[in-house]
This record gives sequence, C-alpha cells and structure tokens, in this order.
Amino acid sequence: MNLLANNLGFRMLNEIIRNTEEDITIDGCFGERFIGSGASSKIITVNGTPGNALGAYLDGATIIVNGNAQDAVGDTMNDGKIIIHGSAGDVLGYAMRGGKIYVKHDAGYRTGIHMKEYEDKKPIITVGGTVGSFLGEYLAGGIIIVLGLNTDACPVGNFTGTGMHGGKILIRSQEEPKYLPKQVCVNRADEEDLRSVKEYLEEFAALFGYGMDEIMSKSFYRLTPNARNPYKRLYTYN
Amino acid sequence: MAVEFFYPEYEIVRNFDRCIACRVCERQCANEAHEYRSEDKKMAADDAKCVSCHRCVSFCPTRALKIVKTDHTFRENANWDGKSIKEIYKQAESGGVLLSSMGNPEKYPVYFDRILLNASQVTNPSIDPLREPMETRVFLGAKPENIERDENGRIKNNMPPQIMLSMPVMFSAMSYGSISYNAHESLAKAATELGILYNTGEGGLHENLYRYGKNTIVQVASGRFGVHKKYLSGAAAIEIKMGQGAKPGIGGHLPGTKIMGEISKTRMIPEGTDAISPAPHHDIYSIEDLRQLVYSLKEATGYTKPVIVKVAAVHNVSAIASGIARSGADIIAIDGFRGGTGAAPTRIRDHVGIPIELALASVDKRLREEGIRNRVSIVAGGSIRSGADVVKAIALGADCVYIGTAALVALGCRLCRSCHTGRCNWGIATQREDLVKRLNSDWGCKRLVNLLTAWKHEIMEMMGGMGINSIESLKGNRLMLRGVGLNEKELEILGIKHAGE
Repeated sequence: MNLLANNLGFRMLNEIIRNTEEDITIDGCFGERFIGSGASSKIITVNGTPGNALGAYLDGATIIVNGNAQDAVGDTMNDGKIIIHGSAGDVLGYAMRGGKIYVKHDAGYRTGIHMKEYEDKKPIITVGGTVGSFLGEYLAGGIIIVLGLNTDACPVGNFTGTGMHGGKILIRSQEEPKYLPKQVCVNRADEEDLRSVKEYLEEFAALFGYGMDEIMSKSFYRLTPNARNPYKRLYTYN
Repeated sequence: MAVEFFYPEYEIVRNFDRCIACRVCERQCANEAHEYRSEDKKMAADDAKCVSCHRCVSFCPTRALKIVKTDHTFRENANWDGKSIKEIYKQAESGGVLLSSMGNPEKYPVYFDRILLNASQVTNPSIDPLREPMETRVFLGAKPENIERDENGRIKNNMPPQIMLSMPVMFSAMSYGSISYNAHESLAKAATELGILYNTGEGGLHENLYRYGKNTIVQVASGRFGVHKKYLSGAAAIEIKMGQGAKPGIGGHLPGTKIMGEISKTRMIPEGTDAISPAPHHDIYSIEDLRQLVYSLKEATGYTKPVIVKVAAVHNVSAIASGIARSGADIIAIDGFRGGTGAAPTRIRDHVGIPIELALASVDKRLREEGIRNRVSIVAGGSIRSGADVVKAIALGADCVYIGTAALVALGCRLCRSCHTGRCNWGIATQREDLVKRLNSDWGCKRLVNLLTAWKHEIMEMMGGMGINSIESLKGNRLMLRGVGLNEKELEILGIKHAGE
C-alpha cells in the first residue's frame, strides 16, 4: 500500500498504518510523528523525513527510512528493526529492550540510554558515523556499536556511559573516548567482542553498501560497567 | 566503638504472669526480636531488633506483650532533639545518605484537619442516603469543549476516552517489588470488585494480573521497566510518572539484590541487575517533550485510553499543571508531600514538596482561571486518610483521590516505616516467601472492599448532610468548606472562608 503523508497529517496517517496488515510505503513524509508506534508486523518504508518518536514501542515490525530521522526513534522498542539510510536525532533507542536499529550516518545526543536486555531480548544499535554526548547513559543491557566511518577522530562525545550498569558499548576508534565517568571500564575490544557483533556488522555492511574490510580496518574500544552495583554504598538506613 | 550504640527506641514489655512461652512471638517476628531460652524455659527479647510492627502483640494468645516507646532519653533540648542527634551519629558512622520508608512523619500542618464541612439546617434540607438516590460515580478524562452536531442536527459523540469509577477513590501506584505479589493481587481484586482502579507503579505487571486489566492503571516511568505493547494495551489507563510526593526530584533505585525470580520477570530485566529509574525522563525537558510521550502512548494504544501524568506537589505546581493540561494529558495526578514510599532519602521526604491541600486548591483555581479545567481531571493523593479527607479534597477541586498508605493499613500495615528492610511481618513490603504467604489476597481484598464500602457510605452521608446528591455537585464546591485556625493567606490559597464567616 502507498500513502502520501502530506495529505493526511500524523493522526490519520498512523490510523491507516495501524489498521493495515500489508506492507506500507509512505511518500512525502515531512515531520509526521509517531509513525509505526507499537507496530508488530509488516514493513513500513518511509520516503522523506519522519517526525519524532518513529517506531516507539515497536513490537516486531520493520521500519526503513530513506532519509533522515528525528528525535526519539525506537523509544521503548521491544522487538523489530529500524533502518535509517541517513542520520538520526537525539535519544535514539531510549529504554529499548529488544530489536535492532541501524543508522547509516550519525545519531544525536543520548543515544541508547537506558537500554536493557531480558532473556532472549537483546537490543542492538549500530551507528555508522558519530554520536553526541551521553551515549549509553544508564545502560543496563544490550550492545551499542559506533563505527565512525566518516571521521578520523573518536566518534563519540563526552560522558559516554554515565550511570552504566550493564551491557556493552563498542567504539571503532584509534583514540580512547574522552571524559569517561568512573562507572565505566575502557579496554581494547578483543576477538571475542568482535566475534559477538560480527553478524550485526555484516548486516550493517550489507544494508548500507560498506565492505567488511573497511569496517574492520580500525580497532575498537570496549566499554563495560566497572562495578556490579555502583550505587549500593550510597545509603544508610534511618 | 560504643558511640554507635543507640538505646532502642521501643521496648518489648512482656508480662511473665501471662506468658506461656508458646513461642508464637518468636515464629512471627522476621526481625528475630524474640528468642526462647531453653535454660530457664522463658522467652527473651532484644529490643534493638524491634521495629514496633505489633505482629507479636497481635498474635500473642495470652495478651502478654506490648510495645512501648522508651523513656530513655538524651538531655532535653528543644532544638537538638534525640532524632537529630542520632541521625548525625548514623551519618558520622557510615558516610551515607539517610534513607527512610513511608510518608513524611514530621509535624507540618495537616490542612485537612483545619477544614470543616457544612451541613444543611432548616432550609435546603439534607438528604438521607439510605432512602434517596445518591450518585458517587465519577468519570475521569478530558471533557469536550462544546457539543458538536452533525448535518442532521444530531449530537456527535466527541467524548474522549473516560474511566468510570463507582466512587472517587483509586489505589495509587505501588510497584510489585516494593510490595509483595499478594499485596498487589489484593489491590487488583479489590479494585475489580469495587469498580475502581489500582495502579501497577513502575515495576511492570505480573502475567497473572492481566485478567484485572479493566481495573488497572499501568505506569510508565523513566526506567520504562516492564513497558511493552501488551502492558499498555491491557490496561484501562496509562500513567506517566514524572514525580512522586515522597521524593520530588528524585528517582527510584531497586537494588539488584531485590531483582529476583518473578520480580525480574515482571520488570523484564535480568536477575541481580539494579533497576534504576532516574529522577527525570531523559527525553523530557519541556511540556512539548511531555506532549510527545503522551501522544506516543496514545498512538500506541489507538487513542482508546486516557493518559495520566503524575507529578509531585511542588512550589510551582499550578503552572506545571497548566502545562500538563495543554500537553494532551487527560488526567493530572498530584501527589502531596506526605505521600508514601518504599524508600526515599529522609531529607527529601521530610523537606521537599508542599501539602496536597494547598497544591490541589491552587491547581484547580489556575486551570479554571485559564478556562482549561475541562481538559483534564484531577486526582489528588498524598495522605488521604478517611472518607472526610476524600470529601474535603473533592470540595477543593479534585475529581478523585489516590490512596496508598490507607490501603496498606487496611492490609495490616502498622506504619512501622521499615519497608526498606524487606522483612515486613505483615507480608506487604517483603518478597520473602514465608512472609508473603501471611497475606492472603482474598482476605486482603475483603478488607479493602470493606474499607472503601464504609468510606462510600460516609461520603454519601456527608454529602447528604450538605444537601448534595452527586459528587459532581460537590466538586470544587468550596462553599461547603470553612477553615479553622488558618491565616488569611492560607484561606486565600485554599479559596475558602473562615469558620463563622
């Protein structure tokens, strides 16, 4: 099914998407919010620029954006896949619990904060370019990969992993990320780390037309939490 | 060092003429305050372990036990009281932030106790609720601006989704984790039987409790624990938690040691990981951002459920409420500074936020002045203790109230304020299987139903006395209220006259 977004407005557009079983292509998208909110099946292809909260609570559907996305992509996403052939805005994948997000170019501040994993659910965010500060804040599970394919500098901003208490962040970079908080352990990624994300890197390469050789041409840093309960000694009972 | 030793606050007094050394007290006390001494076949007690929860007192078959406040004291000082001194010792010892349970116990004014209700005499006769119809139902949700008609002149249904309650009381958010499964199930069953709603809090919804969905409010907090499509779809309403009266500006932290078994499953995080809900939602920095979360939840549930935004009562609460009303939320829940908690930093609990009575009155006034009161319903919480508090809150402008502590007290809670120990002898604020079993959810449900049935009768009697036969006519009806011992400013904020005027 083909829809023309600019004739409909977000509410009507999303109502049609909710009530349609088959795959949908949306043309002329220009900031319409909440596309694919809670969707559990079908493929939604967006041509243009979707508005904030694309694929919030996504529950199994696939969203492909041919263009850039804005803020809050994949908020509290549970399952499914979001592929962005461009850049994404701030708070990408907030509190995401499952599924995968691939961004060809850059993502904004607070990417992948509060991500968590549970049983068979493990959220994965792969960003091809750079991200802003506070990457993976409060990270509790899942994997965030930042490739920096468009830069020679370290592709993440400051304060990566503040409050992190689970999960893993892999950063493709020659230099160590700056201003890391105390809760974070930084090491060179080993072969096991890279093996564990090989399938995501390959999918990224296939989706956006990169070669694996190019992606593996630089080494990776691995960020993990450095204490199991970083806050537990803060309190005394009254 | 001996300076760490505090003489216990409460003493266990045992009447040995009555004690038969049956050891019930020993078995009932999870704090292990009682002990059987085999050498002389007598019971002994360690006062230091007693939290004054009265479990042993209630179960002693010979009435041999009582708990008394100790008369051991520091040298009297109106400024440096024993509590202040002890808190300094604790912090000097540990270097830690003081943590407390349940609501603010300090001596701030309780405005509900300084407000009196009206009754009809001679003219405008009172109504007997036993003989005459009395409407206690309320509908929560945004109400349309105007009546719309179609081309044939028929009224169009432009009513946004509403929650229907049999009476203006709901159970406020208490998570599975902070309270036990049986306590949660008691609330769910009672809400269903009463035709009201209970609230999951931010701990997710246990799979067995989905069948009470029509009477469930599911909460979405900054950590988004247990939030997924089915959770949102299964509920009657969705509450975005921005703040909580017991700890405004502070988030939640359930330590990894408590994330076990069913709790881990319900929160959807692995066993042993900390469940951290930061103070702010890190994607909400403005009313516009809040609007985005409100609408993303509405979109995810097809505009079929009202969205509640819960905030703590703080200094600028009326301006905040105005923003929330404009964000597209259907209901605002305001939680006063006496609201309960499983654990909060003592200083925050006791010193941050404002009384619900003042917050409620000023929010209602502000929304009316701005002409947007119809856009939202108001739910007031933060220590509603009786049917009279409910009536007063409604007359101050609430559509409905939230009760949390009162519901737990109905389940047996003695307000011993030791929730954080996880050893609740009443099976409420604990996850220890042997303790949880002490609270039977059918019994709990019955007690909650009894409590609110009694409150409903009281509410009807008070309304009847005022010559009012529906909650709608009581709402915001400040003429029914008078203050006693309040100053001009307090009366002005509450929007009421002084008694005698």
